[in-house]
This record gives sequence, C-alpha cells and structure tokens, in this order.
Amino acid sequence: MFALTKQKSEFQKGVIAGISIALGYLPVALTFGFIAETTGLTLIETIGMSAFVYAGAAQYMSLSLLAIGTGAIEIIFTTFIINIRHLLMSTAINEKAEKDHPIIKGLYAFGMTDEVFAVTSTKEGRLTSSYILGVALIAYSSWVVNSGIGYIIGTSLPEMLQKSMSIALYALFIALLVPSLKKHRKIVYLALFAGVLNSFLSMVIPSGWSIIIATLASAVLIEFIYSKKNTYLEEVQRTDDKECG
Amino acid sequence: MSNTMLMIILGMAIVTYIPRVLPLVTMNGKEMPPKVKAILQNVPYAALGALIFPGILFIQEDIWFGIIGGIAALLVALLTSNIILIVISAIAVLSIYSFLF
Repeated sequence: MFALTKQKSEFQKGVIAGISIALGYLPVALTFGFIAETTGLTLIETIGMSAFVYAGAAQYMSLSLLAIGTGAIEIIFTTFIINIRHLLMSTAINEKAEKDHPIIKGLYAFGMTDEVFAVTSTKEGRLTSSYILGVALIAYSSWVVNSGIGYIIGTSLPEMLQKSMSIALYALFIALLVPSLKKHRKIVYLALFAGVLNSFLSMVIPSGWSIIIATLASAVLIEFIYSKKNTYLEEVQRTDDKECG
Repeated sequence: MSNTMLMIILGMAIVTYIPRVLPLVTMNGKEMPPKVKAILQNVPYAALGALIFPGILFIQEDIWFGIIGGIAALLVALLTSNIILIVISAIAVLSIYSFLF
C-alpha cells in the first residue's frame, strides 16, 4: 500500500515537471496541425501522425518533403536519420533510470523526445519509471491534442494569413537553431555547411536524399575538424595540469 | 486516409520508435564509441541547416517572401527564445509585406 502511494506521487511529480514541455509543445503542435492542413493532409492523418510518430522535427520535415512531392521511402529514411540521435538519449536515460520490466521501458521509450529527455536526464537523484511516464504522458497529450486543434483552427484562417503562415515551419527551425548558434560557434558551421551543401545537392538529386547526405556530411566533417582542434587543446590542457600539479 | 499516407505514418512510427527503444531494452551499461556519439550529436543542427536551406527560398513564387520572413525570424530569435513569438513575428512581417506588394 505504501509502495503504491509512493509510485503515484512519483508519477505526479513527473506530470508537474512535464507541464513546461506541454506548454512548449502547444504552439509547435498548433503550427504543425495548421501546416499539415495547408500541405493537404486530412484531420485523421494529422492526428494519426502525431499519435503514432510523435517526433516534432521529423513530422515537420515530412510535411516540407510532402509539399515538394518527395516519395514515401525517402521520407521514412530521412525520419530515421533525423531520429537516430534518440539512440544516444535512450542510452543515457537507460543508465540513469531504475531497472524495470522491458514492457514498462518500452512504453516510456515511445515518449522519449528531445524535451522529455532533457527534463528527465537533468533530474537530480534517482529516476523512476513512474516519473518518466508522468513527464512523457503530459507532453504526449499536449502534442496530439494541439495538433488536432491547430488543424481545425487553421482551416478557418483568411487566405493572406495562410500564405504568410507558410513561413511558420522555417521560423520554427530558425527559433530552434538560434539559441544554440549563440552558444557554440561549431553549431553555426554545422548548420551553414549542411544548408549550403543541400542547396547545391538538391539541384542534382532528389531533395530527401540531398538532406540526408548534406546532414551526414556536415556532421562528420565538422566533427573531424573539431576533434582535431580539441585533441590539440586537451594536450595543451594536460601539459598545463602537469606543470601546475 | 490514403494508402501512401498510411504507409508513411507507419514507416515513420517504426523508424522513430526503434532508436528510442533499442538502448532501453537491449543495452545495459554499454557505451557507444565517442566518435559515433559526437557525430550523432551534430546531426540535429546540421539537419536544421539543411531543412532551412534552400527550402525557405521557395515557400512562395516570390523568392523575397522566404528571405524577408527568414530574416524577421532570425532577428526576433536573437532577442527572445519564445518560439511562438518568433513564429508569429515572421508571419506578421509577411502579412504586412504581402499586403503592401
């Protein structure tokens, strides 16, 4: 009985911590619902994508690829390339989270978005399954419900506003990128190189593949350049440490 | 729902779920090679760059539509991290632009 009460409170703590994510998802999901409508998806397809895929960047990407007539295989493969980063996040959470039945872990793994990862991985102390489930559930609810609301509200907007709102997806990408750009010079190079490479590649190969190649090429090349730089800096640091110690 | 959309949604759902679930059910205490880890961490930022360019230039027939909207979003994003404010500002600037031209 005591254990049950404790489990419930962990879940509630998770829900409270997840409110910030739910609020953050509200405009992004509303915008997703709206853009899905302008891209030509049905309401069921829009809610279905949010409910089953549940991956913001990939969902937005799929809309921009659908809008330019990209094929299904390329969209699915690009989704995989974009979301493979979650392999890393789930690995980090796996080390921090309490041991549990694979079914429970498989359940909260579905909700392991960037934001859910950020909140749960930075939590101090022990990380229980109930806490993660609480964070994931409120974030997920916000995403799915607001996607539907955005779709419905979007349909009644005047044509001029709908045209102006075609920038929303790109404004969102810029909004997601700029805070990191300000902190790390490396991110400027990552985004710029991928953007420039994609601009050239997309003239000669299908845009889906172009995005994959540009993204991977930039991620590998910039990492190669920076790891060389960092190795040098670490050596300098080590020499300094020796001198001091 | 069209068969193509159903296939896209199911396919996206599967390839999204696999990377999220695999480490949690199979890897216990194992570490990825540092180089692979570092490259994967770069992917979201590189992908954002590739998703913005050149797509933003072609959102309307008028190329300036995307350029002006993008610059508006960038300027507001330098002042605030409020995503909805950034998105709404870009939309507002373009509403004014399409009203005037």
